[in-house]
Amino acid sequence: MIENNIGIKDPVLSIANLSIAYDEKKFAVKDVNAFIERNAITAIMGPSGCGKSTLLRAINRMHELYPNIITKGEILLNGQSIYEMQTIQLRRKVGMVFQRPNPFPTLSIYDNVIAGYKLNGIRLNKQQRDDIVEKSLLDVTLWDEVKDSLFKKGTFLSGGQQQRLCIARTLAFNPEVILLDEPTSALDPIATAKVEELLVDLKKKYTIVLVTHNMSQAARISDYSMFMYLGELLEHGKTEAMFTNPKNPKTEEYLTGKFG
Amino acid sequence: MNVGSGITYLDIAQRRKVRNNIFRVIVIVLSVITISPIILIISKLIIEGIGQINLDFFTQLAPDTFQAMSAKMSGEKIPGGIVNGITGTLFLVLLASLMAIPVGIMAGIYLYENGNKRYAGFIRNLTDILQGVPSIVLGIIGYIWIVKNVTNGFSALAGSVALAIMMLPLIVRSTEETMKMVPESIKEAGAALGVPYHRIILKVMIPSSFSGLMTGILLAVSRIIGETAPLLLTTLGSPVINFEIDKPTSAVPLLIWNFYNDPNMIDLIWSSSLFLMGFVLILNLISKRIIAHREKN
Repeated sequence: MIENNIGIKDPVLSIANLSIAYDEKKFAVKDVNAFIERNAITAIMGPSGCGKSTLLRAINRMHELYPNIITKGEILLNGQSIYEMQTIQLRRKVGMVFQRPNPFPTLSIYDNVIAGYKLNGIRLNKQQRDDIVEKSLLDVTLWDEVKDSLFKKGTFLSGGQQQRLCIARTLAFNPEVILLDEPTSALDPIATAKVEELLVDLKKKYTIVLVTHNMSQAARISDYSMFMYLGELLEHGKTEAMFTNPKNPKTEEYLTGKFG
Repeated sequence: MNVGSGITYLDIAQRRKVRNNIFRVIVIVLSVITISPIILIISKLIIEGIGQINLDFFTQLAPDTFQAMSAKMSGEKIPGGIVNGITGTLFLVLLASLMAIPVGIMAGIYLYENGNKRYAGFIRNLTDILQGVPSIVLGIIGYIWIVKNVTNGFSALAGSVALAIMMLPLIVRSTEETMKMVPESIKEAGAALGVPYHRIILKVMIPSSFSGLMTGILLAVSRIIGETAPLLLTTLGSPVINFEIDKPTSAVPLLIWNFYNDPNMIDLIWSSSLFLMGFVLILNLISKRIIAHREKN
């Protein structure tokens, strides 16, 4: 049973009784129940090894890349089970951005943006391609910086620009949910600020779920926060409420820096 | 200062200096010994072979013994060239590459993906053993499999099968090693876009490791290009240019062997060897350049 006592009105994702184990004994995620609010930023926090990345990856089934993974429970996207969807369909609706910027090294900036179409063999005409590239790069505020060098390799950009390019690559599919796995941990403070600003802007159109190590980042930009500890979701609520008045003593210890 | 039993620090320092110098001299002498064969070989080939290298060398068929003899007797250069050998070598390398590259790359990808499975370890060990099989044995295999049973006669196909088997282990291992250098995050990026696994391999992994794959292929080609023993038993040699896979074909090393067996053609041994050496050297330089270029990026 998923509790909804934190005022979520329009959940895009419902996670029910989700448990994930890398082998029979070692559970990375234990019986997690949660709703994720549409057009909001939800931050997943917790110490290393608490299962936050595994939970995030489960939402677009990226965790299935690991061999012998055991998944129990259910995740619904707009009421439809993600396990009944084809992975390509799911991953078009639920995009993912990683810790380190990972543009495709052999592709140009232009081709990196439409990589999802190109690599899946989806044919677009030139006008469609140009439109998607321009719109996606405008959305991540990269257009002005790269519009004259669209056919250079994506790897020539700075780290922050590369990360925004990776976000643009996700936006090109016009997803509903964007998952970000510590997207700023490899970036300098200025690039981090730009990405954060961008995420706050993007939540108008997309639902954002963000794993972060950085509590102040969660406090700055998220609307809802989840605190995970040893695979369990200990607390989930409005970020403001959780940071000012944590209900679980473990959350309080974590937020006040007693461990982490 | 005294360090006991009458030895001073000065003595120790002095001895170290002497030992250092002895060691340095030994290192220099050994390294000169190491590089001297290659310098001697190259200089000998250039001195003896350069005289025969001209346009005819690359455009004319190999002369017969009578033509060579009469040229020798009248004190002229041996006429003709080795064009049948050059085209034959290129043809054989092409055929062998067509067989070895796809199979080798596929096997390399398999090893990369399943590196720690028992079956992969078995394949890897067999590949290493294959690399150690003497080339004459592969020639015999080519003779029994292809010459006897498929083409019913000496043929380019038989030779290229033997050469392909020689190339295979080099390509398999270099593919595996280069794939390992592609960061895992690039594969994840593909998976996160919903790209099916085989497309990630084809469209992401292979382009990303292209330079490494090229280096492996070039080194494999330079390894087989001078092979003589397997070709003696399979392609036999031919006095004319041949591009048919079921016919005997010449090759530069086969020509060198023929020239060696004909006292009138000594001069052509040197020039053909120089050509072969130069070709291998260029392949090696290209692959070194590719590696250097990759490390710079």
